[in-house]
Amino acid sequence: MTATVDNKRTAGFKSRWAAMPKQVRWAALAALIVLLYILPNKWFYEYLGFPIGGDYFAFYTTRSDFAGVLFDTAVFVLLAVGLNVVVGFAGLLDLGYFGFYALGAYTVALLTSPESRFGTNWPWLAAVPLAVMVAMVSGVILGGPTLRLRGDYLAIVTLGFAEMIRLYASRNEGIAQGQRGIPAIPHPPGTGTDGKPLFGVVDARPYYWLMLTLILLVLLLIRNLANSRVGRAWVAIREDEDAAEIMGVPTFKYKLWAFAIGAAVAGLTGAIFAGKQTFINSDQFVLESSILVLAAVILGGAGNIKGAIVGGAITWYLPEWLRGVGDLIGVNFDAAEYRILVFGVVVIIMMIFRPQGMVPNRRRAAEFADRRKEAVPQETVPNE
Amino acid sequence: MNFDELFGNFPALTITGLEQGAIYALIALGYTLVYGVLRLINFAHSEVFMVGTFTALWTWQALGYNQNSAAPALGPLILAILAGLVVAMVAAAATAVTVELVAYRPLRRRNAPPLAFLITAIGASFVLAESFGIGTRRAPFGMPDLIPQKTVFTLFGAGVTNVQLLILSVTLIMMIGLDQFVNRSRLGRGIRAVAQDADTAALMGVNKNRVILLVFVLGGLMAGVGALLWDLRFGYTKFNVGFLIGLKAFSAAVLGGIGNLRGALLGGLLLGVVENYAAGLFGGDWKDFTGFVLLIVLLMFRPTGLLGESLGRARA
Repeated sequence: MTATVDNKRTAGFKSRWAAMPKQVRWAALAALIVLLYILPNKWFYEYLGFPIGGDYFAFYTTRSDFAGVLFDTAVFVLLAVGLNVVVGFAGLLDLGYFGFYALGAYTVALLTSPESRFGTNWPWLAAVPLAVMVAMVSGVILGGPTLRLRGDYLAIVTLGFAEMIRLYASRNEGIAQGQRGIPAIPHPPGTGTDGKPLFGVVDARPYYWLMLTLILLVLLLIRNLANSRVGRAWVAIREDEDAAEIMGVPTFKYKLWAFAIGAAVAGLTGAIFAGKQTFINSDQFVLESSILVLAAVILGGAGNIKGAIVGGAITWYLPEWLRGVGDLIGVNFDAAEYRILVFGVVVIIMMIFRPQGMVPNRRRAAEFADRRKEAVPQETVPNE
Repeated sequence: MNFDELFGNFPALTITGLEQGAIYALIALGYTLVYGVLRLINFAHSEVFMVGTFTALWTWQALGYNQNSAAPALGPLILAILAGLVVAMVAAAATAVTVELVAYRPLRRRNAPPLAFLITAIGASFVLAESFGIGTRRAPFGMPDLIPQKTVFTLFGAGVTNVQLLILSVTLIMMIGLDQFVNRSRLGRGIRAVAQDADTAALMGVNKNRVILLVFVLGGLMAGVGALLWDLRFGYTKFNVGFLIGLKAFSAAVLGGIGNLRGALLGGLLLGVVENYAAGLFGGDWKDFTGFVLLIVLLMFRPTGLLGESLGRARA
C-alpha cells in the first residue's frame, strides 16, 4: 500500500516539474549546479545549519574537512554513475567495479611517479587518457568471454577480478611495490592567480571542482547514450534478453559496450583519485568499496541517473556527517563503522519492498510491478 | 619459478592440498545444492561457514578449553569435538535457514528478477559478516589446541598428520552420506525433482518450499562440518574468514560442475592441490592469487565444469 501512495506522490512532483516552463526548469538546474560549485567554500557553507540551544546543528561535516568529504562524495557519485550504466541500464551485476578503479589509479601512478619502475615520468594529464583506455580495454577483455555466459557468473568473475587486482598489487614487489605502494604521483597541472599551483596538498576544493565538472560531462554523455539506440537496446536486454536477441538486438555487443563504458568511467575516477592522493597502495581498493558503490546504485534506484547520484551522496556523505552529529548529542559514534552493516540491512529490505530504489526509473519500477503480478499463485498460498 | 620446491616437496604439497581441498569441498556442497535447486549463487553461504567456526570456538570455551589449556585425554577430547561439531552444524544450518526465510523467500513470492536475488545474497553476506565483525571487534580468535598435530605415518616421504587424516576421512564420510541421501532417500528424490523442473515437481505433489528449506539445511550442516575441521586444522577464526574460503569453495563447485555433488568433491580436492602446487612454484604469497586466476579462466572457458551440471537443467 505505502509503495503505491509513494509512487503517486513522486509522480505528482514529476508531472508538476514537467509541466513547468522550460526556462524555469533550466534556471532551477543552473541554480543547482552553481550551488554545487560554491558549496565547498567556507564563507558559504558555514551558514548551512541552524543553532539549537548553545550548539550549532550543521549540515556540513564538522569532524572532517568539508571540501575533502565533498571530493570523496564526488568520487563515489561518479563511480555510482558509471556502475549504473552496467547494473541499472544493462542489468549486468558487476561486483568488482573497484578493480577498474584500481587499474586507472595504478596506470596513472606507474606512468607518472618518479618512484615507479618504468621511469617514464609522464605528466599527470597525459596519463589520464591512457588510464581510461587501460580500464576500458581490460573491461572488454574480461567481459568478452564472460558476457556470453549467464548473468550470475559475471558477478563472480568480476568479484574474482577485483580481488585478483588487489592481491596482485599487494604481493607484487617489482611493479606495484607491494604494501609500500607508489608515492610521489604528481598533481594535476595548473597555476592559480597567486602563482601557486592550482592543485595543492592542503586545499581539496580544486579537486572537487574538477570532479564535479567531470561528473557533469559524464552525465551528459551517458544521458545522451541512454536516450539513443544504445540505451533502448540496454533496456531491451535488461527486460528480456532472449526476446531482444530475437528482435534483432545484438545483445552481446551492447552488453560489452555497457561493461566497457562502466569500466572506463571507473578508470577515469581512479586516475583523478591518484592525482589527488599522490600515494596509492592496495589497501585503498578493498572489496567493501565495490559493494558500497553497488549499494549506492541500488539504494538510489538502478537505471536512473538521478538515483545513482542520490545513492552515491547518501552512502558516502551521510556516515561522514553523522559522525559530527554524534559529537553534538554527546555520543562518540563512528557511523562509518556501521556503514556496511546498515547498508546490508537496507539493501535486503529494499529488494523486498522497494526494489526500484528511492528515485526510481519509471520503466524499471513498472518491470518490477509486472513481475510481481506474474508471480506464480502457488507461491502466495500458505504452505502445508 | 621454483621447480625444486615443487618437485622436491611434491608429496607433501599434494597431501596439504588434499586436506585443504576437503574443506573447500564441504563448503562447495552448500553452493552446489542451492544453485542446483534455485539457480542462485548463495553469497551468504561463506558467512554460514564463518558462523560455524565461531560457534564451535564458543562451545569449546564454554567447556573450559582455551588457547593455553593442555590437550585433553581421548575421552574428553571426543566429547569436546562432538559437542563442537553438533553446535557448529546446528548453528550453521540455522543461519542458512534464517537467510532463506528472511531474505530469499519473500523475493520468490514476489517473483523478483535474478539480479534482485544476487543483490540480496550479497546484502545478507555483509550483514552477517559485519555483525560478527562489530561484535568481535574485528579481532582474530585463536582456537584451543585440542589435537596436537603429529605425524602418524609417512607416504612417499611426506608425513601425514592425525588432523589431516581426520579431515580427509570425515569429508569422505559426509560426502558419501550426502550422496546417498540425495540419490536414495525420498527427500533426496524431491530435491532432484525440484532441481530438474520446479513447476512440474510441484504439480507432482512435491512441496517446493520445503525442498528449498531442506537444501539450505543440508548446505548449512556441511558448512558446519567444514567449519569444525577448519578450526581444528588452522586454529583461528575471524569475522571475514568466510570471504576467501567462500570464494574458493564456489570456484571448487564450478570447477567440478555446479549443481553436481560429486563434482563439488572433485573440484574442491583439485583446487586445493593446484593451489598448493602454485604456492610451491611461485611462493606462498601467490596461493590465493592462483585460486582467483583459476576461477576466472575456468568461468571464461569451461563454465559447465569438469563433470557437468547434473542436478540442474541445461545451461540457460
